[in-house]
Amino acid sequence: MLADKDRIFTNLYGLHSPGLKAARLRGAWDGTKFLLDKGRDWIVEEMKKSGLRGRGGAGFPTGLKWSFMPKQSDGRPHYLVINGDESEPGTCKDREILRHDPHLLIEGAMLASFAMGAHAAYIYIRGEFIAEREALQRAVDEAYEAKLIGKDNVHGYPFDFYVHHGAGAYICGEETALLESLEGKKGMPRLKPPFPANMGLYGCPTTVNNVESIAVAGTILRRGGAWFAGLGRPNNTGTKLFCISGHVNKPCNVEEEMGIPFRELIERHCGGIRGGWDNLLAVIPGGSSVPCVPANEIIDCPMDFDSLRALKSGLGTAAVIVMDKSTDIVRAIARLSYFYKHESCGQCTPCREGTGWMWRVLNRMAEGRAQKREIDMLLDVTYQVEGHTICALGDAAAWPVQGLIRHFRHEIEKRIDDYAANPHLEPVLQAAE
Amino acid sequence: MAVRRLAPKEIQPDSFAFTAENAAWAGQQIAKYPEGRQASAVIPLLWKAQEQAGGWLPEPAIRMVADLLKMPYIRVLEIATFYTMFNLEPVGTHFIQLCGTTPCMLRGAEDLKKLLKARIGDEKHVTPDGRFSWMEVECLGACCNAPMVQINADYYEDLTPDSLGKIIDDLAAGRPVKPGPQNGRRASEPEGAITTLSDPSLYDGSLIGAWRKRFEEETVKANAVGAPAGDAPAKDKPATGAGEKPKE
Repeated sequence: MLADKDRIFTNLYGLHSPGLKAARLRGAWDGTKFLLDKGRDWIVEEMKKSGLRGRGGAGFPTGLKWSFMPKQSDGRPHYLVINGDESEPGTCKDREILRHDPHLLIEGAMLASFAMGAHAAYIYIRGEFIAEREALQRAVDEAYEAKLIGKDNVHGYPFDFYVHHGAGAYICGEETALLESLEGKKGMPRLKPPFPANMGLYGCPTTVNNVESIAVAGTILRRGGAWFAGLGRPNNTGTKLFCISGHVNKPCNVEEEMGIPFRELIERHCGGIRGGWDNLLAVIPGGSSVPCVPANEIIDCPMDFDSLRALKSGLGTAAVIVMDKSTDIVRAIARLSYFYKHESCGQCTPCREGTGWMWRVLNRMAEGRAQKREIDMLLDVTYQVEGHTICALGDAAAWPVQGLIRHFRHEIEKRIDDYAANPHLEPVLQAAE
Repeated sequence: MAVRRLAPKEIQPDSFAFTAENAAWAGQQIAKYPEGRQASAVIPLLWKAQEQAGGWLPEPAIRMVADLLKMPYIRVLEIATFYTMFNLEPVGTHFIQLCGTTPCMLRGAEDLKKLLKARIGDEKHVTPDGRFSWMEVECLGACCNAPMVQINADYYEDLTPDSLGKIIDDLAAGRPVKPGPQNGRRASEPEGAITTLSDPSLYDGSLIGAWRKRFEEETVKANAVGAPAGDAPAKDKPATGAGEKPKE
């Protein structure tokens, strides 16, 4: 198990004050000036060495992303934008950072901005997180007051941190949709290229990072990229916040080493599966967008990017949704399809029409009111949506359905058979004796 | 996508203007963004207008925000209909948003839905006294504390039909209610004893500065071999990530 001293989010559960004084005792803002004095290239190099992969779902190496920013400004300002639009079903980790460890985030934002020549950072927080937004704003005000950030701060690098928020659109978690929304437009993703590193916020070079990726930066730089790279497994390094929800005895957020086996994660922190390990049906290991994995495949799988990809799923945001045998898996996935139908921005036809179509068909299948040949038709439609849209929402809508058909086709067929055998709305009444 | 339309003309107020306090607040928000980019403040401003109008966004408020930001009306109307947290019709003073997405559904959100239906009525129906209405929404991002609802600004987590019923009773009677988990948890820690973060040295400040040792050792080493400072000696294992295929 990861030792407490190797944990980055030491106030994950809010047992201590999130205020500046307590945060400093926990190590935030410790020697920030010293790190800044090491220079921009050193910071990017150290982040690359750490092997940190972005914590927002795609797992793109963070240090590499920072290095894409132009070295010299061509007159346009550079921006850091932090993605706090956490809306992926199953994911609730950034919320804990925002309300309990905000100073790690603000410090990380300053270091990251310095490393990419930005003097302003905007954080986009989802609209529903009202208390979290206020908590972060309090921390920002504290940091300004202590002259840790601001035009004229003790670190000698002018830096402003602005809190912005959305109003309930999942799509704004996509980086270019987020930039559109931040510019005051509908959150519809942009075509890439140009990539945000060249043309991002207000047409200026911009890097968009997840809250967790930024918040770990300070600790990584202090303790060294080699320390972070020494945790976890090659190419899947470091620690990660796991959000375990669903049918476990004690759902929780926990910071653990990457690559911890699923069984150990659940046994140690979540008090086991509800009804015991034999009762496990399937797991969605990385937020609703990744395909589900049946029990026998996941139980001893290390929880990291590469191992889960080998199971044709993914680590995503490490939001582990556990389903036991009481779950109606077809309805559970149909509910996710409804989510994607609701959240599609409507820009690309395959997604706008496909998400609704998939949801309607899955809903019928949940009742068994379908033909068996429609299962293959549904699968075919998912492949027509996947990869044919501007952003990844189309893929995200297709993958859970593909996972369902891959592993639970027999369950759908059984529904159809049962319905065909007895297509009545009400069950036949039984005599009392 | 969902079809979202403005409320019928009959219930739209004739005009809308920010209170002095909100107007000052709006000025501060606009100042956050660079010159010429004041449109960025449109969501915060619409939000404030919704708050002032009692939880929903009347058409005159949308026009007022457009005028304030010098944006065409249609651009702001687009925003108001695109983002689902803008309520285009009146809601109850206690507006309950029930999370119904899979993680909450697995933990019993459907029982809560039945309760809300029985206690308040159909979705989006405002009780005759104007105090309650409810709506099923998509994932609210508190999945480790499922099932949960948001009532106005606050999250109420780890609910059962009993505890949600009690919250509604208390709100109806004007008694104070406590937001957050309703089963004794503090936040998203495992229920009962926590399994991590028990080392007291994390909190007493004794670890501050400990990391500097690494840099001191490096400096000493660098001075010893005469190598330029900052050229760190080779670490035991090279970090990965450099040979990564960019994927996006």
